[in-house]
Amino acid sequence: MTAHDTLERTWRDPGGFVGWFCAVNHKTIGLRFITTTFVFFAAAGALALVMRLQLARPDNHLIGPDLYNQLFTVHGTTMMFLFAVPVMQAMATYLLPLMLGSRSIAFPRLNAYAYWIYLFGCLMLFGALFANVGPDAGWFSYVPLAGPDYSPGKRSDFWAQLITFSEMSGLLGSIVIIATILKLRAPGMALHRMPLFAWAMLVTSFMVMFAMPSVMFASTALITDRLVGTHFFNPAEGGDALLWQHLFWFFGHPEVYFIFIPALGFMSQIIATFARRPVVGYAAMVLALIATAFMSFGLWVHHMFATNLPELGKAFFTAMSLMIALPTALQIFCWLATLATGRLVLKTPLLFVLAFFFILVLGGLSGVTLGMVPLDLQVHDTYFVVAHLHYVLIGGAVFPLIGAIYYWFPKFSGRLLNERMGQLQFWLFFIGFNLTFFPMHLLGLHGMPRRVYTYPAGMGWETMNLWSTAGAFVIALSVALFVVNVVRSVLRGAPAGNNPWQAGSLEWATASPPSAGNFLQPPVVHGREPLWEPAAQPAGVIGLANDQREVLITSAIEAQPDHRAIFPTPSPWPFVSAAATTLLFVTSIFTPWAVVWASIPVALALIAWFWPRVRETLAEKPLERAP
Amino acid sequence: MTWSDETTTAQRERSQQALQTHGGLLDVSALPSFAFSHRSLMWWSTAGLMAIEGAVFALAVVTMLFLRVHAPAWPLSGQLPPELLWGSLNTLVMLSSVIPNHWTKRAAEALDLRGARIGMLLCLGWAAVFLAVRVLEFRALNCRWDDDAYGSIVWMLMALHTTHLVTDFVDSSVLAAVLYRKPLALRRFVDVSENCLYWDFVVLSWLPLYAAVYWLPRMGAS
Amino acid sequence: MIGNTSGGWQDALLAHGPQAAQVLDLWRVTLAVCSVVFALVLLALLLALWRAPRGTHETAPLIAPDDRIPLRRVGGAIAASALLLLGLLGGSVATDRALAQLVLRDALHVELTGRQWWWSIHYDDPDPSRGFDTANELHLPLGRPVILTLRSGDVIHSVWIPSLAGKKDLIPGRTTTLTLRADRAGLYRGQCAEFCGAQHAWMGLPVSVDEPARFEAWADAQRAAAKPPADELARRGQRLMLNGACAMCHAIRGTDANARQGPDLTHLAARGTLAAGTLPNDAAHLAAWVSNPAAHKPGVNMPSATFSPDELQAVVAYLRGLQ
Repeated sequence: MTAHDTLERTWRDPGGFVGWFCAVNHKTIGLRFITTTFVFFAAAGALALVMRLQLARPDNHLIGPDLYNQLFTVHGTTMMFLFAVPVMQAMATYLLPLMLGSRSIAFPRLNAYAYWIYLFGCLMLFGALFANVGPDAGWFSYVPLAGPDYSPGKRSDFWAQLITFSEMSGLLGSIVIIATILKLRAPGMALHRMPLFAWAMLVTSFMVMFAMPSVMFASTALITDRLVGTHFFNPAEGGDALLWQHLFWFFGHPEVYFIFIPALGFMSQIIATFARRPVVGYAAMVLALIATAFMSFGLWVHHMFATNLPELGKAFFTAMSLMIALPTALQIFCWLATLATGRLVLKTPLLFVLAFFFILVLGGLSGVTLGMVPLDLQVHDTYFVVAHLHYVLIGGAVFPLIGAIYYWFPKFSGRLLNERMGQLQFWLFFIGFNLTFFPMHLLGLHGMPRRVYTYPAGMGWETMNLWSTAGAFVIALSVALFVVNVVRSVLRGAPAGNNPWQAGSLEWATASPPSAGNFLQPPVVHGREPLWEPAAQPAGVIGLANDQREVLITSAIEAQPDHRAIFPTPSPWPFVSAAATTLLFVTSIFTPWAVVWASIPVALALIAWFWPRVRETLAEKPLERAP
Repeated sequence: MTWSDETTTAQRERSQQALQTHGGLLDVSALPSFAFSHRSLMWWSTAGLMAIEGAVFALAVVTMLFLRVHAPAWPLSGQLPPELLWGSLNTLVMLSSVIPNHWTKRAAEALDLRGARIGMLLCLGWAAVFLAVRVLEFRALNCRWDDDAYGSIVWMLMALHTTHLVTDFVDSSVLAAVLYRKPLALRRFVDVSENCLYWDFVVLSWLPLYAAVYWLPRMGAS
Repeated sequence: MIGNTSGGWQDALLAHGPQAAQVLDLWRVTLAVCSVVFALVLLALLLALWRAPRGTHETAPLIAPDDRIPLRRVGGAIAASALLLLGLLGGSVATDRALAQLVLRDALHVELTGRQWWWSIHYDDPDPSRGFDTANELHLPLGRPVILTLRSGDVIHSVWIPSLAGKKDLIPGRTTTLTLRADRAGLYRGQCAEFCGAQHAWMGLPVSVDEPARFEAWADAQRAAAKPPADELARRGQRLMLNGACAMCHAIRGTDANARQGPDLTHLAARGTLAAGTLPNDAAHLAAWVSNPAAHKPGVNMPSATFSPDELQAVVAYLRGLQ
């Protein structure tokens, strides 16, 4: 057997039915994760189509308010918690080890657990929706509406537990990503040589660690208010309705940057490849990411301008909300300079990236408007905000994400996506998107509030709503075309080769798709675009075992080789632990004592997960060497 | 082996010297197979958990301060503040647990199996004591979680911290049991060292919570 | 009277009071600045796309480019952006201050309490005996400042009359304030602008801005107790209401009904709409509403009435007499 075959056998996931549940390879988990997020993107999109049908005409009776309120709640909750944030984590799961020159992601079993927990959360939410107990108090679940007095039953409990699921997945994912980026980079890939996508994920993961706890805490307090009679949000007993808003938005504002910053990373990777040059101003780009992350924690009150918070405080948040445009503007100007001084290859990935400059910039400008208190007091909670949020999220994250799929699909699958179909899909999406969401700016200014299941005739809103609904179906068509493109390409797309775009980053040095262990000879890096630099020595790493899951750990800043680590083998315990955790979370919606007795299976599963196996310990003994 | 006097830096320098280059390639086979402190992946995951849980505790304390600012009195409904005795006693027990904890950490970093085993058992003994006193604390809080927002946040802070005490106790028990297994991979010493780091966090994070639960109500409303 | 459920101005771009007008001015400046910036960015993009030479994947990439000039240009663009943002910040703060400086001398004081899904309104007066309750239709005097004191009886609501002012939330456990002035007489429409549950969509607030004399006449009529029933049918209707479930939630001043769970009905017939701007106020809609509110506003708190057809006719006759 060749060394390559040995490495493949060591790192691949087991086959068979049971083996499917034991997978821990980051590429396997990554692809499952990406696919699942897109499935739920489509599901949430389908909900939106029903909403748009209801709103196409005034005083419509296609669906009633109860179902509509569940639909808009689940649409928002799914898009924000189960698509936009996790998909970035999923892409990072797949790409980072490859991009950083490592054989594995850090904590592969924990990474698998994070996926399973996410999946179970999705299933719980949609199960609740299909059982007509879907949450219906909005994705932001304001109290007292979502509290025990005004949302009886289990609907808001499902929402609160969905938060618990998705936050666990996100928080554990952020630990995995930080450890991978800081400790598993190829020798020579000092932080100042790291790809901009890796910087984006590093910054995002730190933000996640500090912001997600806020919504975790808030949703826990909501559940205890609803289930065991606490009074966090009950004004009659010393609680405060605005406490919820502060806790939620302290998380909620950074959250949109969890979605946006990784997409900025996609933009940098794609622009560099399709302009045939590195992005202008690497240091400025990195500082812009870091500045955006810090500043995003100082904006949250701009969601609360219509409350009775002190005016001076609100002015501070206006200033911060306007200022955060500057680091993003810096990135945009650097990209424009890159495009202007490069040699452009106008393929589909670049098209999606170019759409960002139109859509996101427009969204950012409507954001500047919303950041100004007097203007916000008119357009807050209207369709103007719906327009803004979709412009920034779809323009700023989804378009780059689709571009990123077109870009990296050849690496995932070994096949190219169809270029002609890609361009058609792009134009459909671009036109459909603007047709759907541009009229909403006008609807908001002309007085239409948001989160309404219908509206009176004669308000002057009919035509714009109709156009918006038409546009939504154009978007749906474009998404369908995307799915067709993906399926056809998987089955009989043109073979891609290792580096079809002749890009400069390390993932393109592997096969397409990469072998199970990524790099037979892990690379040593001497510059920012390793595949574009001339060859230098040392060129690669030897001395890592191929018959054990041995990974090189390097130092956090300079990426000097530090020690070798044995990584865990495939195991069913992450799946079993996730199932036990799901049982714990779901049963505790129904009885608080579940927190006690349902912890026991979780504890047992976790112990089984970590308990060292004799055979594995014996196998790693020969490689053991103390520091 | 007695590397315990070496600093992490010195250990790392020795690692660098173990690197060889031949044939234009970097040979890492002589590098160690585990390392302590921030050189290890376990340290980073522990640090990540500390950041996350620290953020939760900080938010919980800020929530208490927020509710207190809006309250006419604190405690809200004329409850007595929590009894100082058990909470202060437990604070002392927890602080003193740092001693066996650090002793264990040093033993682990010296790859001293017997020392690590004894140390872990001592730590578990201490943990049993502070868990028992914690039960007494709950019974002496002088409020219920469903009294009002004051009772709710006091119980929430206590419950959050107690969850950490319980999970740390379980983690440490499992780890102690692992130390009695044969064969033992030497990298388990890194797990022991990182467990001690997390233990420090659980103890130190108690201090602001203790102040918030036991002393804020004695300062009246703000 | 406002008959059409969508009657009246509900449009931030049709400002008929100083608050809305100041915001509209700021909007126009902001729109202009943002449009220029958008155009410039697109222009820069198109220029870059047009002038950069085309390449292929085989084109040798630039490895160590000298980016000093591009970076200087980027720096210049950032400086310009910062100045523009500073300008917008200044505009925002200036408008904030202008909004806070609305002259409030001789203001009318009105208390608005948001409930799921209707508006409870109380007009204050220095002489407390001249204050009065009403619901679901706001009358304001032309050209006189109004101070709306806002509370919530249940969840968070928000009052928004876009042609007059920006919105303000009604938050349980807190009291908020909205000040405004209407400078053009006519019919307006406001709407709840914070998702408040099943019927958030139909929590409208018709607003009538009246010349001062007409306003005083309206207020005097509202102050009066309910008109006694005009004929036997109406008397029967009144008995059914007072002895039945209606009196458990509604108040009709001058009778024994003085509950506050639902809207005050003392002068129901004087209003243009029913159910917070949801239905026109005529006999047919009134009958339909009373017999089955959930058919029009699913999820509403008002239960269906158990009147027989001629009992319903009597109740409607009585209500239609409450001018």
